[in-house]
Amino acid sequence: MSPSRDQILGSIRRALRRGALAPEAVAACETRLVTHPRNLIPARARTLPPRGQVELFVKMAEAANATVARVREPREVPATIAAYLARLNLPQRLVRAPDPALDALPWSAQTLLETRRGIAADSDPVGVTTCFAAIAETGTLMLHSGPAGPTRNNFLPDTHIAVVRASQVVAAYEDGWDRLRAAPRDADARFAMPRTVNFVTGPSRTADIEQKIELGAHGPRRLHIVLIDDGATT
Amino acid sequence: MKATSRAFKDNARRALGDPQLQKALLNLRTGFAERRAHAVSQLPEWEKLRDEAVAIKRHTLANLDFYLEAFEQKVTAQGGQVHWCRDAAEANAAVLAICRRLDAQTVTKGKSMVGEEMGLNDHLEANGVTPVETDLGEYIIQIRHEPPSHIIAPAVHLTKEQIGESFRATHRALDPARRLEDARQMCDEARAILRPRFLAADVGITGANFLVAETGSSIIVTNEGNGDLTQTLPKAHIVLASLEKVVPTLEDASTILRVLARSATGQEFSAYTTVSTGPRRPDDADGPGEYHVVLLDNGRSALLGGEFEDMLRCIRCAACLNHCPVYQAIGGQSYGWVYPGPMGAVLTPSLIGVEAAGNLPNASTFCGRCEQVCPMKIPLPRMMRHWREREFERHLPPRTYRLGLAAWAFFVERPALYRRAADWGARILGYVGRARGRFRALPLAAGWTRTRDLPAPEGRSFMSLWAERVAARKRA
Ligand code: SF4
Repeated sequence: MSPSRDQILGSIRRALRRGALAPEAVAACETRLVTHPRNLIPARARTLPPRGQVELFVKMAEAANATVARVREPREVPATIAAYLARLNLPQRLVRAPDPALDALPWSAQTLLETRRGIAADSDPVGVTTCFAAIAETGTLMLHSGPAGPTRNNFLPDTHIAVVRASQVVAAYEDGWDRLRAAPRDADARFAMPRTVNFVTGPSRTADIEQKIELGAHGPRRLHIVLIDDGATT
Repeated sequence: MKATSRAFKDNARRALGDPQLQKALLNLRTGFAERRAHAVSQLPEWEKLRDEAVAIKRHTLANLDFYLEAFEQKVTAQGGQVHWCRDAAEANAAVLAICRRLDAQTVTKGKSMVGEEMGLNDHLEANGVTPVETDLGEYIIQIRHEPPSHIIAPAVHLTKEQIGESFRATHRALDPARRLEDARQMCDEARAILRPRFLAADVGITGANFLVAETGSSIIVTNEGNGDLTQTLPKAHIVLASLEKVVPTLEDASTILRVLARSATGQEFSAYTTVSTGPRRPDDADGPGEYHVVLLDNGRSALLGGEFEDMLRCIRCAACLNHCPVYQAIGGQSYGWVYPGPMGAVLTPSLIGVEAAGNLPNASTFCGRCEQVCPMKIPLPRMMRHWREREFERHLPPRTYRLGLAAWAFFVERPALYRRAADWGARILGYVGRARGRFRALPLAAGWTRTRDLPAPEGRSFMSLWAERVAARKRA
């Protein structure tokens, strides 16, 4: 243990006019960490039925400058993406995250669309990812790192396209945390969390020049969400 | 960073006379306050969320030693490392040691006020490591060799013409005849310049909005995505955090996040909220190989349990700056150190000493708006008053000021005399000033009349008019 560590802890205790924390106080703090009780969650999304949460998610994401396309079946996703790229005159060339859910889609049917599977490079104009959950309250995507989710794919390409299933929509951040805590994780119990969890609300932006908002500062200039509206909600 | 806060008055006078600065500050007056008010109006639970946010921080600060140790334990268990640093020198040394071990040539940096507090860029440069600021505002002030003027919009004091000139002077390899007139073009130019720097950096340094004891995570909130490229691409991610950033759980962080973005930029949620836990995992597709948290005290632990403890709840949202009439008039650089505005007027004397902070606690009209908008309900005006009292106790204010206060105190303690003197004073001033209705200059009042006229009083003091009215009513 470094002397600075002991000195800082000592200085905290001195300022609080006490020694080490009393056992009951320690127990109370430990319980808080283990049970992570919820605080107040705004009624906005919490009180809606699942369908209403999906609608709110779409509305809030659009308010944050994302665009949303809806499809009924996963197999419609590649064609929808190709149409989106064509409409905006963007390159028909994309990198998709090495994610089994994306592997299962019929990419080869899109003969004009050049796709690559893997980790994004600076030269990739378009990146396609899935997400872990979608937060209705603020139209926010929740993504995390892992073998199927390179973090840079969320940030390097000019255009980020995220494929979201309606059943992934939850009301609040807290619901996202609970799903993440419950998700099956690799054998390694050391890890409380994936290395990186990204909450993404709309495309990258800055207002650093005269307070004028410009999209596409360092991250994606566009965020397009393809929502698989399968009617299913969990 | 070296403080020039003692020269606050001169700084402020210069700022008021600077037409470019005054033009730039106009942008601040409209945008932030309106957007915040709108966001708050969309959330009926706003006041309750504020109360909960305050309660979370109070609980954490009362048990700060526990939560810091719990945080460290989680970081270590997941392959990261916490570096406890008492002051800026220790923190700079810790960062440099990591850079040296990794043989780092360049480091990219996300915006970090703690980094500014440490003077980290100067330290790295002096030791042969090139820091590259990647937040657009921070990049602009880095190439202009200026300190930031705002805690979330560091270049808010500049006009786009000034920024354009700096880009031309710095980006020499680009076509000098290119168009560079609006924010869009400058944004694209900075993006193109910085992208290769992100890819080449050996180490990425970010700040932290929160540290989470439950999971050993650090959280950053950004809009540009620069913080994410900064921490994802290099070999190591170094987090600079002061020790009051810790909260117990992800739920607690979520609650405070709900008030943070709305108070800061008026957004429902910032574009990117990123939670980072340890280094890259064995089967991860990408991510940094090392994760370090440089945990800085720098005088904060001593504030616990005292009259300035409330300041440790601050989440650096900048709402108090954006709503402060003094800040709006003079901008942030006049405050002379890292933290400007009302929060800076309280924090600066706490961290660098009331002598070095000079007049900062006096940079207030006591209008109280800062406390009203502060999501963490920090009683900023009260704390500024505390600092004024301490300043006075230590005989720091100038002699004339002290004599004036002593004279005033003499009269206040003798109410009858005070009333009579005030009434006569008002009558005399009213008589002398009756022709013009105002004074251009008055003995002993140059501080007021140098920049504005003093209206002549209507002839009587309020107290004497009031006494007359009460007497009349009694007679009736
Ligand atoms: S003092 Fe309050 S309003 Fe000011 S930056 Fe801190 S939290 Fe925000």
